Amino acid sequence: MASGKEIRGKIQSIKNTQKITSAMEMVAASKMRKAQERMESSRPYAEKMNEVVTHLAHASTEYKHSYLETRDVKRVGYIVISTDRGLCGGLNVNLFKKVLQSMQSYQEKGVEIDTCVIGSKASSFFKRFTKIVSSVTQIGDKPRLETLIGLIKTMLDAYDEGNIDKLYIVHNQFENTMSQIPNLIQMLPVSLNENKKERSIKYHWDYLYEPDAEEVIDKLLKRYIEAMVYQGVVENIASEQAARMVAMKSATDNAGDLIGDLEMAFNKARQASITQELSEIVAGAAAV
Amino acid sequence: MAITMHLNIVSAEEEIYSNPAEMVIVPGSAGELGILPQHAQLLSSLKPGEVIITKPGGEQQSIFISGGIVEVQPHVVTVLSDTAIREDDLDKEKAEQAKQHAEEILNSSEGLDDHDLVKAQAELLQAIEQLKLIDKLRNKRSH
Repeated sequence: MASGKEIRGKIQSIKNTQKITSAMEMVAASKMRKAQERMESSRPYAEKMNEVVTHLAHASTEYKHSYLETRDVKRVGYIVISTDRGLCGGLNVNLFKKVLQSMQSYQEKGVEIDTCVIGSKASSFFKRFTKIVSSVTQIGDKPRLETLIGLIKTMLDAYDEGNIDKLYIVHNQFENTMSQIPNLIQMLPVSLNENKKERSIKYHWDYLYEPDAEEVIDKLLKRYIEAMVYQGVVENIASEQAARMVAMKSATDNAGDLIGDLEMAFNKARQASITQELSEIVAGAAAV
Repeated sequence: MAITMHLNIVSAEEEIYSNPAEMVIVPGSAGELGILPQHAQLLSSLKPGEVIITKPGGEQQSIFISGGIVEVQPHVVTVLSDTAIREDDLDKEKAEQAKQHAEEILNSSEGLDDHDLVKAQAELLQAIEQLKLIDKLRNKRSH
């Protein structure tokens, strides 16, 4: 049995770890609240965008944008959004699993893959077996759309030039504090199969375009994609904080359990040594 | 009282304005556009500039936007504002940066090029098993 001193050292070190994990839990909780607010505040833009783009896709426009047309798939692109830091449970692992499944199904069909990563976890994971076209890391807690523009542009250019025929975005969707779901969405070509019923009634008119339809639609669709990626990043950050909060909470709890066990062992060891000393004294006295 | 329309000014990062308005002047790419209620449906791109809002009662407010798109419906006007000044050259530069960053990451890989999907999947499975094990241990403890 380990000696009392050794056990005491272990208890102390676990207590220190517990302090750190519980501090991290609290930090994550407050960051999560802020991230959630940010998620809410970017929602009106995304919703409005969706509305306008849905309308555009169904309206009788004289100009058909390449983002709205399906092509034969020879090469697909993925935008994978991960976290920069670890200690957030299985958040990234679950996400990567989902991406790999989808990638594998394409690889079996002989389709090539381009990846574009946000966050250092994804970049260190995917650099080993796929072609990373562009990446952004260290986005921080307050992401700016500005930092994402470059990355999105590389993918959009690749689509324009015909280097990729489909573009997916993968990120963790924030359901609630306890659950975050890895989500794989097709971004390009823009798929708008919802609202089919409403189409005939609602969308029989068309906009006036200024300066001209081509330019406005092009700009609009680019902004639409950017808004989707931004929304994904913001949601992923909220998921990260929530996952970290839960992970740190269970780490704190586990540390508490361990401390309990060790204290028990420590007390037993102490009691054993007292008993031993006593019996030695008694035996000594009897001998005299 | 004069007729009003609903005006939304939103950017990808936040909602800037969402209230009724009597009139709004936006910096359209082909010149300033004054929009009154019951305007025909219109979609126009915007230059960086000032959006001038006339609120019900005649009070005016101006908001600076760095470009974007305006969508006009007879009773609702939505300004989808950009969050940054956008120029093609600037965007291109950023794209280059993102590409360079990716190359740096790829170059920093040491002796890992023999990896493939299958191997990575095996690693993932391992990680998932570990996670499961941790969960199991945790449950055992709580019983």
